[in-house]
Amino acid sequence: MANGPTASERFLNGILPENPVYRQLLGMCPVLAVTAAMLPALTMAAATAFVLISANGIISLIRGQLRPHLRILVFTLTIATFVTIADRFLAAYLYEMSKVLGPYVPLIIVNCLIISRCEICASKQSVRVAVADAVGMSLGFTLALTSIATVREILGSGSWLGIRVLPEAWPNWGIMVLPPGAFLVLGLLLAAVEWWGQWRAQRMDYAVAPAMRGQQAQATGEGMEEANSWKA
Amino acid sequence: MTRKTKILGYLQQAWLVLVLACAYGGALAGVQISLSPRIAENRRQETYRIIPQLVPGAEQEQTVELLISDRHGNPARVYQTRDAEGQPNGWVVPAKGPGFADDIGLLIGLDPPLNKITGMYVLDQRETPGLGDYIRDADFQRQFRGKAADTPIEAVKADPGEQQITVLSGATVSSSSVCEIVNTALANVREPLLQEWARASAGADPRDEAEAAW
Repeated sequence: MANGPTASERFLNGILPENPVYRQLLGMCPVLAVTAAMLPALTMAAATAFVLISANGIISLIRGQLRPHLRILVFTLTIATFVTIADRFLAAYLYEMSKVLGPYVPLIIVNCLIISRCEICASKQSVRVAVADAVGMSLGFTLALTSIATVREILGSGSWLGIRVLPEAWPNWGIMVLPPGAFLVLGLLLAAVEWWGQWRAQRMDYAVAPAMRGQQAQATGEGMEEANSWKA
Repeated sequence: MTRKTKILGYLQQAWLVLVLACAYGGALAGVQISLSPRIAENRRQETYRIIPQLVPGAEQEQTVELLISDRHGNPARVYQTRDAEGQPNGWVVPAKGPGFADDIGLLIGLDPPLNKITGMYVLDQRETPGLGDYIRDADFQRQFRGKAADTPIEAVKADPGEQQITVLSGATVSSSSVCEIVNTALANVREPLLQEWARASAGADPRDEAEAAW
């Protein structure tokens, strides 16, 4: 338990190799709900990042005092506090945006991404690693939200971040700003990322010695162990 | 095990949760105290922006804020709207009540003698996305326009009559809640507003009294 992945490994893993949306399929509610345009997607990503980094930092600070059977309670308490702060802050300084996001900001509380990071990383590793992990995961989450929002806003409204990018003659694809558009874009992007990952893995297989493959298998096994270690 | 050791045992297990709960509670109170004036100001500005849509011909800058006491003697804030010449031409009544998920905040526009509702706007809601948040829809809010202000409004599934509005299936509780909030609010402020109106028609300017009340 003492030696998990290092801070830089955690940080990099969060962005692509373990991207919360494309690789772990976590936090699908905001991914589908607030990605019709770039601005709400970015605001949601920022609010989630704030909650994730604060919660990971605090949980890591108090990890020595956590009682195994009360840990989920502590995680939820911490996350709910920071979500409420984010929600009030948006209502005070970004009032219009907070009306657009509506109940999705309080719903960050139930974003599995955050509690899973508290469980997997912050409750076991140092503050430095936990914060690096949170920043990496937040960047990965931002990347996922903005990639979906980019496709949906450009095809659905002909603009990006509110700036017109397609000619006026562009017939806005209404379906893209509606919920089905979110599912379509998410599905296609997921398939694309998966396809790219498999293609890369195949190339690696030809390129590296069989010994390397053994190491990879070990690395996957480690993740499982990590998830089960609380039960021990 | 004695009672005392039992309690100590609990504390040993749960002290972190208790300490954190107090610390977080304090932090949230601090956030609430420092941010709530700003949030209230945001809401007020939105109210002023919406007023011309709720009462036809109302001028945003001419609106007067009145503090009245409602039927039950509770203080209530209402807006007396005025046209470009400064003549009172209607009321906007803020109302709040329980919805499906959380409290729903409304603005209700009324004509001066409280005969008809001239508009309704949902200021604040946290209803289920995709279902209950249909109450934000302009089509839903438009149904309230022209309804009589002295008889309760009913929510029905289909074929709305004179004093009825249609609810969307999936948003039944949310839309009926809105009706309920409107009915309660109108019943609460009806008498005091009629008195204000009688006084205004008699020539007194409520602005002077509002200032005196402050």
